[in-house]
Amino acid sequence: MNRYRGTVAASIATYVVLCLLAVVFLIPFYVLLRNAFMTTPEVTATDWHWLPSALNWNNFTALFDNPERPFGRSLVNSLLIAVITAPVSTLLASMAGYALARIHVPGRAVVLSLIVGTLMIPQAVTFLPTFVVVGSMGGVNTMWGLIAPGLFNAFAVVLFRSFYASFPAEIEEAGRLDGLSYLGVYGRIILPNSVTMIASLGALSFIEAWNSFLWPLMIGQDPSSWTVQIALSSFLTSQTVNLPELFAGTAVAILPLVVMFLVAQRHIVQGIAMSGLKS
Amino acid sequence: MTVTGTRPLDKTRPAPVTATRRRRLTERQSKAFAFVVLTAPMLIGLGVFRYVAIGWSFLLSFSEARRTISLGNWVGFDNYRQLLSDERFRDSLTMIVLFTALIVPVTFAASLGLAVLVNRVKRGRAFFRTAFLLPAAVSYVAAAMIWKMALFSGVPSGLANTLGALFGVDPTPWIQTTSPPLYWIVLVTLRLWLQVGLYMILFIAGLQAIPPHLYEAAALDGAGPWRTFRSVTFPMLRSTSVAILLLMLIAALQAFDEFYAIFSTGASLGSEPVRTPLMHLYGVALQDQDYGVGSAGAFLLTLLIVLVTLLQGRILGFSRAGDKD
Repeated sequence: MNRYRGTVAASIATYVVLCLLAVVFLIPFYVLLRNAFMTTPEVTATDWHWLPSALNWNNFTALFDNPERPFGRSLVNSLLIAVITAPVSTLLASMAGYALARIHVPGRAVVLSLIVGTLMIPQAVTFLPTFVVVGSMGGVNTMWGLIAPGLFNAFAVVLFRSFYASFPAEIEEAGRLDGLSYLGVYGRIILPNSVTMIASLGALSFIEAWNSFLWPLMIGQDPSSWTVQIALSSFLTSQTVNLPELFAGTAVAILPLVVMFLVAQRHIVQGIAMSGLKS
Repeated sequence: MTVTGTRPLDKTRPAPVTATRRRRLTERQSKAFAFVVLTAPMLIGLGVFRYVAIGWSFLLSFSEARRTISLGNWVGFDNYRQLLSDERFRDSLTMIVLFTALIVPVTFAASLGLAVLVNRVKRGRAFFRTAFLLPAAVSYVAAAMIWKMALFSGVPSGLANTLGALFGVDPTPWIQTTSPPLYWIVLVTLRLWLQVGLYMILFIAGLQAIPPHLYEAAALDGAGPWRTFRSVTFPMLRSTSVAILLLMLIAALQAFDEFYAIFSTGASLGSEPVRTPLMHLYGVALQDQDYGVGSAGAFLLTLLIVLVTLLQGRILGFSRAGDKD
């Protein structure tokens, strides 16, 4: 009896702690939204207001009309980069992963170690070497310079390889008997059967492309090739800051991924669990 | 109709020898062809953007390469020497080691604690998981904007100062105060908020892989919650913990985004009060355009990361493998 009461008390305590923590974790989102709809005097007021007096949508129009900062253009750039990077990088990794898992040719081990070898180098350390190469190829301030280095994800190759290694061999054989070539088996049978895996890793790749900062900061120096993260950081370095506009910009920049997290959370959680535990 | 009908018959019929040989040859060729087509894009991409890049950069680190990326003006270890004698670079190394020593244990404990709590509740688990994971959707730059301009802004309207006012504390410039270094609170809470959900997901996956009968046995032995955690949960999470620690260490040592967004003034790189090694190298490469020294720094940072991860492996990962040396 006593023990039972103890577990009930413990589970109530767990709920209380979790609810308090959840509130704390959501506070930054709330403050951001609150400020994004306030006027400048409201944001800087010394006494705290829980809500803006009115929804100031003109913060958002000001954001897109500011000639110093091409915010709309930077959103389009970010969208383009993420929309290209996510499917292409995932497809390239899936292709290589499948070949390494299933197509037995001489030299396969060499190819595998060449790909895995690149994982030994910490990611951020390659930024300068890559800048040297992309710069020498004229990639500064270009769309391809922003996108190309992010298309080759050796880690995703490893994940796909172990995914395909546990694939049932029967369906491949059935495809071969139907007269499909090796490429045909991959394109017609394997690829349609890896949709969930592709969705999980593609979602992670989209997030990474949208949020990446250091590489676009180096390559996209001209405002016309800014991504949304660079446009955001330009608020912090400009002389005069319109605070509500800054918060409106931040809200716009995080909105697509927040929606994505709410809609595709299952895939994202799966992708995180997969990539985290493999390393 | 007739074609599909005769197909199975074709396979049972013995084919002429020459046809079999030709078919086997094209079979092997088509296999090799498929392998090349599927792996070539990845190999070429990694070749150009990793192997050529890193090889070139390695050579540059031994060259005098100001405003140029051509090789030839060899200077031995001068670039490395110059960088290591630069007080600002050494400060940045100290800074990042301190930051890592702070953020990694805090994030580790917080994400493990959250995972245990979230995993314990039956109803509302999805809600809590979403609430803690949602910050991971936010970029470091966006989070830095919220932290710098709203939560920890030095003016009285900032949230931290508003809360402080309730307790009669004067408005504090959180980011500018260097003694005591209050900016650590800003940096640590920001990264903790952003990352803890990711690691919580990994810990939950690890927790769910623990066989339930171990908990039943512990309950039969009369173990309380803390004892169960220490004797069952934590030991069973060992490999998960080692992997997560490694991820956290590597991420912390490469910190750049939020430091840059919070401390950069835009005027000139290198004048920031607080900077990480990567920020220093960014300044060297982009502002001074000294690719030789910048490359040397990239390899020094790699060395630091490798040393730290080896040390971690030595202490935690391989201690089970025996005491061979």
